[in-house]
Amino acid sequence: MSLFSNTATLLGKELRTEFRSRELLTTTAVFILIVLVLFSFAVTPGTEEARQFAPGLLWLAILFASSLMFQSCYLREQTNDTLSSLRLAVSDPFSIFLAKLIANTLFLLLTEIIMLPFFALFYNIPLWSKLPVLLLVLLVGSLGISIAGTAISAISAQARMRELLLPLLLLPLLTPVLVVSSLVTGNLLEREPIIQWKGIAFVAVFDLVFLTALWLFGEYLLEE
Amino acid sequence: MTPPRVPPTGLRFENIDKRYGGLFALRRVSFAIAPGECVVLAGRNGSGKTTLLRVAAQIVKPTAGKLTFPGASVDSSTNGRPGYVAHTTMVYDELTAEENLLLFAKLQNVESPAARAEELLREVGLIERRDSLVRTFSRGMRQRIAIARALIHRPSVLLFDEPATGLDPLGISWLAKTLGEVNRAGCTVVMSLHGESEISALATRAVQLDAGSIVADTQSGASLHSILTFGSA
Repeated sequence: MSLFSNTATLLGKELRTEFRSRELLTTTAVFILIVLVLFSFAVTPGTEEARQFAPGLLWLAILFASSLMFQSCYLREQTNDTLSSLRLAVSDPFSIFLAKLIANTLFLLLTEIIMLPFFALFYNIPLWSKLPVLLLVLLVGSLGISIAGTAISAISAQARMRELLLPLLLLPLLTPVLVVSSLVTGNLLEREPIIQWKGIAFVAVFDLVFLTALWLFGEYLLEE
Repeated sequence: MTPPRVPPTGLRFENIDKRYGGLFALRRVSFAIAPGECVVLAGRNGSGKTTLLRVAAQIVKPTAGKLTFPGASVDSSTNGRPGYVAHTTMVYDELTAEENLLLFAKLQNVESPAARAEELLREVGLIERRDSLVRTFSRGMRQRIAIARALIHRPSVLLFDEPATGLDPLGISWLAKTLGEVNRAGCTVVMSLHGESEISALATRAVQLDAGSIVADTQSGASLHSILTFGSA
């Protein structure tokens, strides 16, 4: 029970500090919009080409924005060595990861929800009728990105070239999520949408495997 | 200061080594601290004082050797863990003084966290700034909130890493008084210090480290004064 109560307490702290400073949400939302605008110059909105490339560009934008978000995930804890005080206080270090990855997923989803109308506008792709399934795809995909990102940012925060290390480790690791999520989103955005449940299940299994690995080995990532 | 709820606890370091790559931060450190003692760790910069305190706080795992807490039943719960005050405050700048204490009280399953936080804010003289963000605090106020955080779960062992750093004479007097009260209330206190001060006057024992090893101990006949001044007087 202490795992869940500690996670809830830490999640409250993560949300409170973020909504007070709004550092992550503002920078990520602005970044993702800039990337979408820049990508939109490469394709003609409303064409078959846009429909074909837009899902991949959408997930690339999410991936780039998330790597920006994860940079500060553990760096914030280094300012006053608060990670040490958390490790002293919690009985299960997994609660630190769990709270951070839930917070990161929520921040990422919030950014995506802000971004979706702009995506529909820039690429002239109607989303309304596909929204429930699209949100499900975004949820499982964002969860996968957050689980891997939270783990990698714990490693990179202790390294010297941390700004370089995080994307170098994260982007190859998330290639399966990127490829499958793009395919599922692409099929969903077709004129006659196809819901690829197998693809969604694949990403969900990826989430589960990485979450289990983090639960088993996460403690070592926090050691000095 | 409110006394600890757990029984008086000592510390025993047995052949502790801590290595970072090829560099030994601690080398076969063995000594015991009796419950209720107030011990000063002295030594030049880089002698291993901070590493030893971080090992004692269980933030750093030793490469070899064993750390035990005689008199305490240390299990996986946090109640038996020492309170630790480091160079940094170890609290969140973006939270208020009260929010910080409530956070750490809840994480450590402290009974009536709100009442305990209020009690400590009163004891460290920050009750009127309870709703202020920590980032607006002066160095002395930050040190007070850091001490309150370390005391929140009523630990039986308190570890302080150069607690007087950045404090003005009034702050040092307050700290010496607070440490004295905590020690008299039954807490074992271990602190790293540079030179003699009001705070070092509380010490019942001093241990000197050099290059990660113990080189002098008042229990082995060395004088407190010579250890605190590295034998320069």
